[in-house]
Formats: sequence, C-alpha cells, structure tokens
Amino acid sequence: MEVALAAAGLETGLAARRRRWARRYGLAAAGGAVILTWALLATFAPWVTPYKPDVVNVAGRLAGPSAAHWLGTDELGRDVLTRVIYGARTSLAVGFVVVLLGGAFGTLLGAVAAYARGWLEEVLMRATDLMFCFPPIILAMAIAAALGIGTANTVIAMLVVWWPKFARLSRSLVVGQRNQEYVIAAQTIGFGPLHILGRQIVPNALGPLIVLLTLDLGNAILVFAGLSFLGLGVVPPTPEWGSMVSEGRELVSQWWVATFPGIAILTVVMGFNFVGDGLRDWLDPHARRR
Amino acid sequence: MARYVVSRLLVAAVMVLLATLVIFLIANAVPGDPVLTQLGDVAANNPAIVAAYRHKWGLDLPLWDRYWIFLTGLLHGDLGVSISSQRPVLEDIAQYAPATVELSTAAFLLSLLVGLPLGVIAAVKRDSWVDHLARGVSLIGVSSPTFWLAFIMLAVFYGWLGWAPGPGQISADQFPPPAVTGFMLIDAPLAGQWDTFWDALGHLVLPAVVLAAATLGLITRTTRAAMLETLLQDYIRVARAKGLWPRAIMLGHALPNALLPVVTLGGLAYAQLLTGTVLTETIFSWPGLGRYTFQSAVILDFPAIMGITLVVAVVYVVVNLLIDISYALLDPRVMRR
Repeated sequence: MEVALAAAGLETGLAARRRRWARRYGLAAAGGAVILTWALLATFAPWVTPYKPDVVNVAGRLAGPSAAHWLGTDELGRDVLTRVIYGARTSLAVGFVVVLLGGAFGTLLGAVAAYARGWLEEVLMRATDLMFCFPPIILAMAIAAALGIGTANTVIAMLVVWWPKFARLSRSLVVGQRNQEYVIAAQTIGFGPLHILGRQIVPNALGPLIVLLTLDLGNAILVFAGLSFLGLGVVPPTPEWGSMVSEGRELVSQWWVATFPGIAILTVVMGFNFVGDGLRDWLDPHARRR
Repeated sequence: MARYVVSRLLVAAVMVLLATLVIFLIANAVPGDPVLTQLGDVAANNPAIVAAYRHKWGLDLPLWDRYWIFLTGLLHGDLGVSISSQRPVLEDIAQYAPATVELSTAAFLLSLLVGLPLGVIAAVKRDSWVDHLARGVSLIGVSSPTFWLAFIMLAVFYGWLGWAPGPGQISADQFPPPAVTGFMLIDAPLAGQWDTFWDALGHLVLPAVVLAAATLGLITRTTRAAMLETLLQDYIRVARAKGLWPRAIMLGHALPNALLPVVTLGGLAYAQLLTGTVLTETIFSWPGLGRYTFQSAVILDFPAIMGITLVVAVVYVVVNLLIDISYALLDPRVMRR
C-alpha cells in the first residue's frame, strides 16, 4: 500500500494521510458538526437559551445586538437568539419528517413498480410523471392554503408533492438490480417477492437513496421556511426561521431581526449539502475524482 | 423527427389534461371552502346568500359536471372567471405573464453568462482560487433561502447604499407605457419612453440577481462536473498530444461535449425560474404570475389556480420538448437513432 502510494507520487506518513482525509472528508465533517450543533441546541433549547421564546418586553423592543441580547430583540422585544435556537426545533423536525416519510413512500412505490413490471409499473410511473408537472411550491401552497395554517397541515401539503423524485430514483435503482445474479439466485431458492425486494434489493440500492435523502433535507427545510415566510407555515407566536425573516422584512435599519434567522437556515442547508456530497464521494469512488 | 415531435406533443397533451384533473380533484378534496373565504362573516352566516353565491359560481353542481364545464370551456379557450378579480382567468394570466417572463429570462441569462464561464474555468484550473470561488458561489447560491437573500439585497443596495431602486416594476413617478406586447422593456422603447425603459431596467436588477442565485449555483456546478469528466476522455488526450492550442481544445473539443448535461439542466432550470418566482415576486411587489399565484392560492380561487396549473404544465412540457430537440442538434447521434 505504502509502496504503491509512494510510486504514484503520493505522500505517505501520518500527516500526509491526515491531509488527504481532510481534503476528502473535511467539508463533510464540518457540515456534520454544524448539523450536530444545531440538533443539540434544538434538543436542549430550554437550558441553553437565556430567555423564554415568547416573553414580550415592549420596553426593550428592537434593541440592537448587545451583551444582554447577543442577536438583539424583535418588534415585541423578544430575544432573537432564543427564538433562533427554538426555531431549529421546528425546521429540523419538519425537514426530517417530510424527507423520511416522503422518501419512504416514494422509494416503496418506485421499488414496487420496478419489481412488479407490466401494467402496474406503467400506471405507477405515469402517476409519478404526472406529479412532476407541478412545481412543488405552487401545489404545496394551494394545499396548505386549503387545509388551513398550521405546521401539521403544511407538512401534509409538502408530503403530497415530495415523494415523486424518490419514486423515480428508486425505480431506476431497482431496475438496475433486478436482473443481477443474486436476485435470480434468491428467486431460485424460493424467497418471496417481498423478501427479495426488502431484504435483498433495497439494501443493495441504498447508497444513492441515502445521498438524495441527505441533500433533500436541506431542500425540505428551505421549502418549509419559504411557505412559512408566505404565512402558510407555523401559527404566529411559534418561533420559526422563515416567519422570523418575514416579521423582520420591513425593518431595514433593525437588520438583525431578519438577518440572523436567515443565516441559521443558510448554515443548516449548507451543512446537509456538505454531508450529502461527502456521502456521495464515499459511496461512489467514480465521483470522487471530480 | 416530425413524427417524433407529434407523438411527443400528443403524450404531452394527455399529461396536461390529467394534470388539470389532479388539481381539480385536490381542489375539491380539501376541506377549505372558497365561499367562506370570499364572503364576509355576516354574509357567510346567511344561508340564502351562501346558496345564491354557490349557484352563481356553479359550486352547487356535481363534481364531474363541473370538470366537464371546465373541459368544454378549455376547448373554446375559456379558462373560466377568477373568483377574486371577477375577470376571465385567461385575461389575468395574459396580463401578469409578461412581467414573469421578463424577470425569469433576465435571471436565466444572468446565471448562464456567469455560471458557464465560471464552471469551465473552475474545471480547467482545478483546485485554483477560481475553482474555490466557483464552488463557494454555487454552494451559497444553492443553500441560501430566496426570501432572505431578497431581504439582504434590498437592505444593502436599496436601504443602505441607495444604489438600486426599491420594489416594483417601475418607479411611482413613471407612467407605464401603453401595452403592446405586455413586456415593459419592449413597450417602453416602442412608445419612445426611454426614461421608463432605463427605470424598468434598474428595477429588474435586484430581483433578477436574487432569482438567479440558485440557478447560477446549479449551472456552475454541473458545468464544472461535466467539463472535468470530458477532460479525462481519450480524444482530449489525443488533441493535446498532437499539440493543439489549449484554448482550441477547451472551446472546440471539450466544451461542446460537456454541454449536453448543462442543456438538460438549463432547460429545466428555466422552467423552474418561470414557475418559481412566487417568493421573489411577492417580496419585490413584482406584478407577475408568481404573485398572482400566491394571492389566488391564499383565497382558494380555484378557477385561477386551475388556469395557472395549466400554464405551468404547458411550460414544463414545451421546455422538455425543446430540451430533446436541442439534444438532437448538439449530438447528431441522437437523430440517427
């Protein structure tokens, strides 16, 4: 190994190995650290925040960043830092729920379609194509508006539009696997279709799905924040990043009200992008060269 | 080729039809009631008024009758009447569409003009500062929330520096030119209102930059990846070996071949820009389809939502067709198959 690396002109030794690891996975590790930090802050929000998220203090409204309020206060005198930290709870929870549920449904549908073949595959995949005719945010907006404002309703609206891309990916993955020798072997042994699909094919096709799941988490958080910004997300006193930006959008000289929740979204979405890219490099040595 | 296009168009028409059915069913399956959002509290409590209102808008008819009415109207080029504006939906859409086309075309051109060269240079000079810049730009573009970016841009360039005009399509002291094409940047010069033209162009800059951010990121990223892949091919090595100019290799050999994935992505990105202007238009008070969509969705204006869905579905279908055709033009092998 060492000899081969040296022959290829690559440095060997611990320091060099560390440098290579850092170049390859440094960003992914940084992204993971950012997400972990947000997850911890969200979990322990009541203990790490100096104030309560919805305590109104009109006398101290719109105060700039200071030692008492690191990120300033909003129009009702609520502490921006506290609300940003509590906001991570909603954003992360919604992101995971939408992507995991939508991903699971889409993956199952695509896998069943690919494995069933024939008319069932046609019907399921044309239905998936149909959903691609709608840009997610327009359909989600109509559904969220129709269901009424509230986090659960917005999540339902997002789920309706979220599964198709997973159905497409999982179908193409299963199509790639279904004629492999190990599948034919499993059929010969006499395993049922559910066992083959669930225990044989899906685990083998899992890599790209996990990459899409990770990259999609950031996307789901962005879309939810966008709907929230439009007033179709959380019910007002709930701290949420999108609605916080919306509350501060007219306050140009009190820039801190809208700026910090936006930076929070940016860091989380970037974190998921880093981790997703890192996972892809790790799972697909071909893409690593790029 | 003609037969291919015709069959694609037929499939597309069926898809568009099914799309309207889906949105129709969703619109009727949800518990929200457009009557109650339209009438005031007092009127909504009066059964006679509610019934009359339902009858007026055909909401008392069975589901399939209503869909049939929509379909027959569609064949006559009639998309129904918007509940909120009380005007034909088609008229509303025709009025708002040009502003959106103008905005998204500007954003698309911007992301191509910056994204393509940036992606190519990043791939050629891999791991240089240009490469790091390109990756940083594309990452921030893809990761930042549109509505927040819009706020930052407005706060910095309008509120703080005063370099850019505020929200809206033209300033309050400008008269909109008489509508000929509906496009502000075409109608103003036609009417000889050059002041209005420059004013409108100034107003276009910030929303176009905000809208372009995500697309720019995607295009830079895809171009870079496609170029890196192409540069590893044998024919590039041959071109290098026979001593061709590096620039000739890049522009003559590598770029045309790396362009295929970029065309696919670019086409879809343009479709997404045309239909993804909701947030940007809402923030910049841009009188386009995005803002109209948002306003219609919030008050459950179903005729308007159906009309917009139809437009969106048609845009997607047409763009996909154009992508396939440009594939055939870029890669002669597609045609022969």
